[in-house]
Amino acid sequence: MTVSNEALAELAQCAWRIRRYAVRMGEVQGQGYIGQALGYADVLAAAYGHALRLRPEEPEWEGRDRFLLSHGHYAIAFYAALIEAGIVPESELDTYGSDDSRLPMSGMATYTPGMEISGGSLGQGLVIGVGMALGLRQKKNPAFVYNSMSDGELDEGSTWEAALAAAHHRLDNLVCLVDINNQQADGPSGKVLGFEPLAEKWAAFGWHVQRVNGNDLPAVVEAFDNARALAEPKPRVILFDTLMGKGVPFLEQREKNHFIRVDPPEWQQALAILDQNQPTPITEGVPA
Amino acid sequence: MNTAVAEKKPRLTTSAMIASIASEGQRVKAAPFGKALVEYAASHPEVVGLTADLAKYTDLHLFAQAYPERFFQMGMAEQLLMGAAGGMAKEGLVPFATTYAVFGTRRAYDFIHQVIAEENLDVKICCALPGLTTGYGPSHQATEDIAMMRGIPGLTIVDPCDALDIEQAVPQIAAHKGPVYMRLLRGNVPLVLDEVPGYRFELGKAKMLREGADVLVISSGFLTMRALEVAKDLAADKVDVAVLHCPTIKPLDEAAIVEAVRYKHRLVVVAENHSVVGGLGEAVASALLRHRVQPAGFQLAGLPDAFLDAGALPTLHERYGISREALGRRIKGWLG
Repeated sequence: MTVSNEALAELAQCAWRIRRYAVRMGEVQGQGYIGQALGYADVLAAAYGHALRLRPEEPEWEGRDRFLLSHGHYAIAFYAALIEAGIVPESELDTYGSDDSRLPMSGMATYTPGMEISGGSLGQGLVIGVGMALGLRQKKNPAFVYNSMSDGELDEGSTWEAALAAAHHRLDNLVCLVDINNQQADGPSGKVLGFEPLAEKWAAFGWHVQRVNGNDLPAVVEAFDNARALAEPKPRVILFDTLMGKGVPFLEQREKNHFIRVDPPEWQQALAILDQNQPTPITEGVPA
Repeated sequence: MNTAVAEKKPRLTTSAMIASIASEGQRVKAAPFGKALVEYAASHPEVVGLTADLAKYTDLHLFAQAYPERFFQMGMAEQLLMGAAGGMAKEGLVPFATTYAVFGTRRAYDFIHQVIAEENLDVKICCALPGLTTGYGPSHQATEDIAMMRGIPGLTIVDPCDALDIEQAVPQIAAHKGPVYMRLLRGNVPLVLDEVPGYRFELGKAKMLREGADVLVISSGFLTMRALEVAKDLAADKVDVAVLHCPTIKPLDEAAIVEAVRYKHRLVVVAENHSVVGGLGEAVASALLRHRVQPAGFQLAGLPDAFLDAGALPTLHERYGISREALGRRIKGWLG
């Protein structure tokens, strides 16, 4: 393990805060991709609390690691991470999805500091990532490009065009993060368009592959560290199996839907449950 | 061989004419796009070249030979080509992305729209085989590319006439801030505009190449070359033809068009290597109506709204009204 227990405990706090911010934004709109946000919070905590090189006060710093939110509908989770990272002030949270807000419902580069691309037309992040990784190499800039995508984007042909190209061009500065929650707009991914065996597919395309439980924070952190440290001149993918609604049992158990229905009083209930289960802060001792 | 077949006229073949639209004996320049890009890139290290398995067929191979470390082969993957070009532009490079117009526009439209245009990125999309410049049928004939690309906000669209236009356009589109779509003539490209005194390509400008009292042809692409040829032919019949060349389709030089049409009693014909739907013709019609300018007559000399035939280019240009002879006949017919 490359990080201390103290650091892991802090990341657990970070993930908890991301979940809280996301639920609060969901309440502002009365809807949102909250299931995905809760499921992906641990990955975002590991990214923004541990792996990424950033200067929060300078979101366009040339040396930053680029994080591409290909799945634009995860904006609610991503804004929570930007608040956690200190790039967007917490006070803006109440504007989520409102007119003239910098935090629109689907992520757009032209609206939000720290948002590298306009995602949402699914399957575009990874091709852009290939171009940025080539561009960084051309400039001799050692930054990494992280493309974050949903498992539904595995349906898009462009994802596999990019997968071929990244291996062909030996893009060792490109890391692809795939959230496998197995839910798409029309139902379970396996029924929409089966993509398993996924690890084998990426490996066959020439990528270094890790598949981990995306809600097991130590494993997630270790996967990020492995992806960075790898010496092989090949692109890296981390497949995160996540649980939609993670951390709020009544949402975890809700009939699995891409767009979870949440009734008005449930937002406060969700916050209450998160608060009851707040990870032990480091000042009060570290979990064994 | 039976006599019936032997007596038939020899049929033209498709492949004889795919490399160039130049007619026999015409003055040409080889690969003006590739040469101009190599020259510009010598002093502009930010310029990179990308292609989707068509470097040789878009004249980008010259750039690849000159600057191998700045050339990126994306394979036959047009969504990747456009998306990666956008990504490189985000890192401060100026990518020239080439493929055929059908693939670049139809197949990769959303990637141009969302990745490149929405962020106003400095990507220069240069696509060969525009309109009816191949006999391979609709799979390769980009007869609606301008209609598609005109719908993208902020995208500059260039339809050069000849080798001179192309070599002068390359540095200008490279220096232009924002995305550009250029229709590319490749291989041996006709050279005609050097015969027009004082002509030079200026991005965003239409140029009056010759004046004439009876007909005004407003044209782009190699149809400007045809219009100049027709003007010569009709002069013999005492028909006086003006030619306004509009190599920039978007933004359209509406001021020059309005000035050329207003207060002059002449037939206006818009000639273009593109479907009559959504191209220069409809753009000009819209501009004239909005400016309350009513020409004496108005006709579209574009390609029909149809899936075109396969065959040899001279045959097809004649069939669809954009050969020198057919365009001349159409204009004379409209004059009555």
